[in-house]
Parts: sequence; structure tokens; C-alpha cells
Amino acid sequence: MPAGTNESIVQSHVKPRALEVGFHASMKRLWRKISEPIIELCIRLSGLIVVLFVFLIFLFLLRDSLSLFRHYPLVQFLTGRKWLPISDPPQFGVVPLLLGSVYVTFWAVVICVPLGVGSAMFIAEVAPKAIKNVLKSFVEILAAIPSVVLGFLGIIWLGPVLRDTFHLSTGMCGLTGSLLLAFMALPTIISISEDALTGVPRSYREAAYGLGATHWQTLWRVILPSASSGIVAAVMLGIGRVVGETMVVLMVTGNAPVVPTSILQPLRTLTATIAGEMGETVGGSEHYYALFAVGLVLFVITFAVNFIADLFLRRARR
Amino acid sequence: MDDKSLMGPRTQAILASVLAAILAGCGESVDPNEPQGFIQAKGSDTMVNAIQMVSEEFMKQYPHIFVAVTGGGSGVGIASLINKTCDVATASREMKPKEIELANQHGVYPKETVVAYDGVAVIVNRNNPVDKLTIEDLHNIFTGKATNWKRFGGKDLPIVTLSREVSSGTHMYFKEEVIQLGKKDNKDEFSKETLLLTSSQAIVEEVAGNEEAIGYLGMGYLSDRTKALQIGKGGGESYLPTVENVLKKTYPLSRGLYAYTNGEPQGIVKRFIDFTLSPAGQKQFTEAGFVPVQISPPTAELQNSTGGTVARRD
Repeated sequence: MPAGTNESIVQSHVKPRALEVGFHASMKRLWRKISEPIIELCIRLSGLIVVLFVFLIFLFLLRDSLSLFRHYPLVQFLTGRKWLPISDPPQFGVVPLLLGSVYVTFWAVVICVPLGVGSAMFIAEVAPKAIKNVLKSFVEILAAIPSVVLGFLGIIWLGPVLRDTFHLSTGMCGLTGSLLLAFMALPTIISISEDALTGVPRSYREAAYGLGATHWQTLWRVILPSASSGIVAAVMLGIGRVVGETMVVLMVTGNAPVVPTSILQPLRTLTATIAGEMGETVGGSEHYYALFAVGLVLFVITFAVNFIADLFLRRARR
Repeated sequence: MDDKSLMGPRTQAILASVLAAILAGCGESVDPNEPQGFIQAKGSDTMVNAIQMVSEEFMKQYPHIFVAVTGGGSGVGIASLINKTCDVATASREMKPKEIELANQHGVYPKETVVAYDGVAVIVNRNNPVDKLTIEDLHNIFTGKATNWKRFGGKDLPIVTLSREVSSGTHMYFKEEVIQLGKKDNKDEFSKETLLLTSSQAIVEEVAGNEEAIGYLGMGYLSDRTKALQIGKGGGESYLPTVENVLKKTYPLSRGLYAYTNGEPQGIVKRFIDFTLSPAGQKQFTEAGFVPVQISPPTAELQNSTGGTVARRD
């Protein structure tokens, strides 16, 4: 009997556990069945939400900028050469701001593309492994420097240096901004170009060496051309970064709303205008809508640049 | 089961710490009679340092009132008063009739208090031999009609004009008094080559390092690193922007510094405005380099506006 009771006790212990395990297993199976569609739905939703956000931002910008053109002619906005927002009557000519952005961006690109692609080539193809790793982490640190710190350096150090070097009236000019922006775009350009260069198939290299090409010939004539789509994409993304950057240009370019004729002149960009003036506008005023219109112009530019970058990235992947 | 028992304590721990944080916040015993709260003061970049000093003294006296002071420019302060995102708008210029109208449309009725006086100083590099200019000279320089220092007895160097951003009250004041020479219908504008800098400190930095530069700012930003010019008007004598000259109003670019509230200030905001006007508050303005309102009234006209009026123009 004692043995029997023992057994029954054991049984009574085992049985529910077995049941529980069985229950658990079936629940798990059920969960697996439900969870996959749920997760899939979540991922799809988050994808759609991002698209929706971009679309809504665009609509919002469009709505508020169109409000400007009810009072202020579109042609005058796009071709006006004077930006005098607080005069009476105000003038909202976007030409000086647009050209300011174009000048700063153009020179930033001229400075940072050769530097960026050059260092990407060095990191990807030439540098020994130890140096390569150090360089890569330094490039990442470069990306982490806050733009306001760079702007500060621009005011205190770079501006005066440029003024003395080029004998300018003031160091607060387009070039100061271009140099700092070039510095900021470097990490983007270096890391994406480097990816593109390392992505070139090994067989290309081997074929080039097999034909008796030197290291430099292989790099310059074989690897660089075959990575060109990726490099163009890197450059375009760098441009996107430069066009949209605000703090540095607001701090160092002098913000004079002139139609620029030289990069050594003070100038005012689209982004600096929005940042400098947004705080003082009252919601619903003409000036407020004018800044949204400036934002729309900026959005169209960055959208176009990113779109082109995307086209090239796609081609690079193919 | 195991999964659940693991999750349990973790959620409990998070809940407990959140509760503890909330309880700690409530736990501090505050005398219900003691004033407490949060005041947002926003606006004039000229006044931001002085107001910050006032608010620090104020917070010593009322430890349960927290005052947040931000600059950005008088326009920023006035806009945020209208958008109801601040309690006190500081401004180095009077509100324009258009702004008061706009405020009324938004259900805001600005009440003006003069908290101090200021002279808009015109500064040049210490190596610049020019010592005095008239308002008319300044007009010609800042509208771009005069472009070389030689014309004013200086070196043969181009003039670089520095201004604040359009959100600045000092910019607006300078535009009315110098660019438009005090005439409302004057269509003159700042020369397009004028650099628009985002803060008074940026103007100090540029003038201190650039022999060709000329800029303007509130007298609180004067220092040994730059040289303030004597300013004259219409062939009269020239004066330096000193406390005495601003008080006597002999300095041509003298102005009031204002605090705007929505309606008559009440509760903690009233305490703050009262403290600003008290000797302890006014002392901070003196220390920051401005002219206090409390010592002998400068002129009858200025004295009248010290009390403040509700939406003067309608």
C-alpha cells in the first residue's frame, strides 16, 4: 500500500505536468502560426508609416507655402533678388538664398569629393589592415562631431585664418562654410565609397594583375571605374548632407542676403534663413508662410539629390 | 511559465522605480502658502544676460519658482507671447501696432513694463582711428552709400558692416533710427552686403578681430576688446554711450528695455516683474552694464512710460 500510495502520488505529480507540457507545446505551435502574420503586418505597417510621414510632411509644406502665394506672386518669389522680410512691404525673393546654398554646396563638393574618394581608395585598397581599422574608426568619430562645435571653431579659428590668408574684409564668408561642410560630408562619402570599392569582385583584380597591371593601374583603371556608381551615390548623399546642414552655415557664412558672385563673399543659405527667422514669426503671418515656401524649395532640392543617389545606388547593386 | 516569472520581476522593478521617482517628487514638503511654479521668459538677446542674472537672484528669494530665460531676439519673444509659449516677453524695442493688433486677434493683450534703459552702442576695432560719427554718417555706412573708412578720417580700408538678424529688437531699432533716420516712410534698407549675425557676442568677436568692421549692440555688451564710438546728431556734440548720457538722453541712440506680459501680470509673474523693478533686480541691470529705471527719472517722457500702459495704440 505504501508503495501504491507513493506511486499514486508520483503519478498525480507527473500527470498535470505532462498535460501542461502538452498544452504549452500546442500553444507554442498556435503562437507560431499567429505570430508570423502579425510580425509581417507590423513590418509592413512601419514601412507604410514612413512613406506616409514623408507624404504628410510634403503636404504640410505644400499647404503652408501655397498660402504665401495667395498674397505674394509665385513668380516674384522665384525670381526676386531681394530678401527683405521685415520691410514694409516685405520682399521675399528666394534667388539670393538659393544661390547662396548652391555656391556653398558646390565648393564644399569640390573640396570634399577628391579628399573623400581618395581616402576611401587608401582605406579600401592600399592601407595595411592595422591602419585601415584605425582610420575607419576615426572616420566614424569624425561623423560624431556636433555641427555647432564645428561652427564655433569656424568663428574663432577658421574665419580669421581665411581672412588673413586671402586678405578678405571678413572671415565670415562662403568659403568658411564650404570648408566646414566639406569636413562634415567626408564621413558619408568615405564610408559609402569604401563599401563600393571593396564590393568590386576579386576576379576583376586578379584579371588585371594577370595582364601585368601594377597596383596603381588596377586601382585607377579597373576598380575605380567599376565602383563608379557607388561612388556617385556617395557623392550625392554627401551633397544631400551639405545642402541640408544649418547650424554651421548660420554661424559662419555671415548671412548677408546678397546675390553671390564669389565664394569669398558673405552669403545667406536657405537653411540659415529658416533657422534664423523662424523664431520671430507669428503663426499664420506672411513671413511665416514665406519660410515654409523656402522649406519647400529646400525639400525639392534634397529630394531630387537623394532620388539621383538612389538611382545610382541601385545601379551599383546590379 | 518560466518566461512569465522572468518578466514579472522586471516589470515590477520598472514600476517600482517609476513610482519611487514620482513619490520622491511629491515627497518634498512644500509650504502651500509659498509661491511655486514655472516662468518662461523669452526674447531680447540684448537683455538675456541681465534677465538671467535677475532670475537667478529671484530664484534665491523664491526657491520654488523656476525661471527659464532664453534669448533669440525681441521678435522671438513677442512672437512667442502671441503664440502663448512664454509668460514674459523681453524686448529691446516697443511692440509695433501691427504686432499688438495681431496679438489681440490671438486673444493676447500685451502689457508693457519698462525694466531698464539702454544705449545702442556703435563699436569698431580698437585699432580703428575713427572716434566719432554722426547718425547721418552711420546712415551712409549701413545703407552702403559710404564704403571706405578714409571718408571718416580713418585708414584707407573698406568698411564691413555688421548687423544682428532680423529677429533682433536692436536691428529693428537701428533700422528705424539710423537706416530710416526716424522717418516711417523712408524706404532705405540695410546694405545688402551687411552681415547678419545671430548674436551680440558674435558681433563682439568679429569686431575685436577685424579692423574694417563696424557693428552695433546694447551697451551691456561693451568691453575693452572693442571701442565704442561717440555719436552725434545733426551737427551737435557727440556723446559716448555711458549711463549718464543715456539717463540725460544726450546720447542719440537711447532706448527703453521692455518686458511684455499677457494682460496685467498676476501671481508668480507679477512677483517676477515686481522683483525686476525692485532695487535688488535693478542692481543686476546696472551690473550687466545697463541703466536702471529706479534712479532719478531721466525725462518726463520716459518716466511716463515706466508705469506701462495696456496696448497703447489701437
